[in-house]
Amino acid sequence: MNNIALTIDGRSIKAAPGTTVLEAAASLGINIPTLCYLKDVNEIGSCRICMVEVKGARTLQAACVTPVVEGMEVATNTPRALRARRVNLELILSDHPRECLTCIRNQSCELQALAEAMGLREARYEGKMSRHPADWSTPSLARNPAKCVLCRRCVAVCQKVQGVHAIQTMERGFDTVVAPAFHLPLGEVACVLCGQCSLVCPTGAIHERDQVDEVWSALADPERHVVVQTAPATRVSIGEEFGMEPGSVVTGQLVAALRRLGFDRVFDTDFTADLTIMEEGHELIRRIKEGGALPLFTSCSPGWIKFVEHFYPKLLPNLSTCKSPQQMFGALAKTYYAEKMGIPPEKVYVVSIMPCTAKKFEAARPEMNAAGSRDVDAVLTTRELGRMLREAGIDFSSLPEEDYDHPLGISTGAAAIFGATGGVMEAALRTAYEVITGRPLESLNIEAVRGLDGIKEVSVALDGLTLKAAVAHGLGNARRLVELVVQGEVDYHFIEVMCCPGGCIGGGGQSIPTDADIRQRRMDAIYTVDERMALRKSHENPAVQALYEEFLGEPLGHRSHELLHTRYQPRSLYPGRRESR
Amino acid sequence: MPMALEQLSSQLREARLKEVDAVILRHRDRPGALLAILTEIQSSFGYLPEATFKPVAQALGIPVSQIWGVATFYTLFNTRPRGRHMVRLCENAPCHVQGAASVLEAIQRELGIAPGEDTQDGEWGLELVSCLGICGVAPALMIDDQVYGNVRPEAVAAILASHR
Repeated sequence: MNNIALTIDGRSIKAAPGTTVLEAAASLGINIPTLCYLKDVNEIGSCRICMVEVKGARTLQAACVTPVVEGMEVATNTPRALRARRVNLELILSDHPRECLTCIRNQSCELQALAEAMGLREARYEGKMSRHPADWSTPSLARNPAKCVLCRRCVAVCQKVQGVHAIQTMERGFDTVVAPAFHLPLGEVACVLCGQCSLVCPTGAIHERDQVDEVWSALADPERHVVVQTAPATRVSIGEEFGMEPGSVVTGQLVAALRRLGFDRVFDTDFTADLTIMEEGHELIRRIKEGGALPLFTSCSPGWIKFVEHFYPKLLPNLSTCKSPQQMFGALAKTYYAEKMGIPPEKVYVVSIMPCTAKKFEAARPEMNAAGSRDVDAVLTTRELGRMLREAGIDFSSLPEEDYDHPLGISTGAAAIFGATGGVMEAALRTAYEVITGRPLESLNIEAVRGLDGIKEVSVALDGLTLKAAVAHGLGNARRLVELVVQGEVDYHFIEVMCCPGGCIGGGGQSIPTDADIRQRRMDAIYTVDERMALRKSHENPAVQALYEEFLGEPLGHRSHELLHTRYQPRSLYPGRRESR
Repeated sequence: MPMALEQLSSQLREARLKEVDAVILRHRDRPGALLAILTEIQSSFGYLPEATFKPVAQALGIPVSQIWGVATFYTLFNTRPRGRHMVRLCENAPCHVQGAASVLEAIQRELGIAPGEDTQDGEWGLELVSCLGICGVAPALMIDDQVYGNVRPEAVAAILASHR
């Protein structure tokens, strides 16, 4: 099909059929303001902020849903368009609490930024305000519908990208509210707490449960020995909280910043990511040899775990029994490390820095208490750590690079790539190949499992066995893959699933904004981290080797079983609180 | 007011839910089955009991959240037991301009309830709704299936009485 010729603000442009006026304008460097628009996910023209004038059209058009037409003449900044945008924004603000100073999204709010960019100096409309109660029912996410502008991005991401359908637009007109079925609290429905909604919310209507003050208290308590672990994906995103380019590798500054905050030891979740490869790799080999449930699904991603518990409880035996690296770390910090240091386990307080809101739920699971108390005491998302460091006045970008503490801070490149989709698979294959065949891999980079394709597959010849594996990221893709498994159309041995699009680099607790381009840049950064590591195979991690020698014995041994493995439980798919009464 | 499903004995509840299964079976393969099924459930129960959402969701492969979204969007659906006679008064612009507010006052005076409420004896429920599609005879209201146009406040008592 021929390209379509049109003019925008008097400048000629050719655009492919189907291109929207918004996209065509962007390619000319003209940024039409938007609010409800979320590329490829939510293009519904509901907020009416992107109004433009099209010659010959009776009314203004919403640029995000207006396709280009041959000969079209678009004007983006006429007085009529500008006035309409302001009026529409004022109408949105007429039902928005103006509590910006105390809002969790202060200075990261798109509504606030729009008001600033559009030069709004008054909001003339006063009227009824929506009254919907806030929802603090989950340990991961909080809803505050009073701040909702009904853009529906969260609904779109929950339904179209994740396929979870936990929230939906309810009621109509002024009473419209985004809520779970039966207006139940989020904690009582099949929500996996991935937090993708909080990542796309333009305001403070859905956000992470902030635990910063709990961590400040722990740090101030002289009785506590406070250790911190950092997830692989946070070292390529925390810089964004301080205006650095997406994909900046800031591992050393992250360590330094955490030391400035006063943590007694700065450790790395990458250490237990390497350990996960040892445990999960042996679990896979055992299941193949002894006829256990296959395919084996990875268990690092707590949103994925909760998804299986709600939607596919029959597949629970297929989930690896390995705790996630976060939880393995907590268990070891309060046993192995505490013992080694001669610190009573109850004095050790474990904080983790995670790209993830579901990790807060995972840490609060009652079964995650290897040392008699919670394995992990507090989980801060990337965004919370950003706020904490700003509160402390730490000038992140000027910090020197520092190294992790020993021994729980020693890791390999294989652990770093856990942060990107396909990374766990690649790390597992690097180790499995060498452990099973006894030969070194020719190339450590397993390209087939890298990148942003929704479902990826790979097969590897391992002396007498062709290991078939697959990778999915984003629960919509995961569901498609799981359906193939359930229907018996595929026979993989091993499947990696990451709940969030792109894997943890696109996690629901990551820096805002997170979009396709930013995911790609963080992912590239993750592989840079891997390339720069001296060791790139989990089984070569000397601290992991020492851990087995000194403490655990062998992979899948008795102590591993006690500390590093867990169990799962079926959860209801249909909310049934009132039904069961 | 008929007994709400939630208040029935478990045996009766089971029996009534079996009726829902039959409703679903009758419609499930038709396009747009959801609205037809919800309409029938409502006419049978007087409202949409929460316990009926799960079988509908399972049969149609539609998430419960979406069905609840549909059920709460349409003012003709009740998500809780309501009065035996439902008065639905249009509150949209043309009716407003033509004096719906004073009609509402008259109804409230007669029934002693506000919009969203039901009378203690379970006979009447009152609801404000969006356009009834007869703006030409605004202000308009509906009582059960009967539509009234050009309603004057002073006529309200007689209209209500005709349904008692």
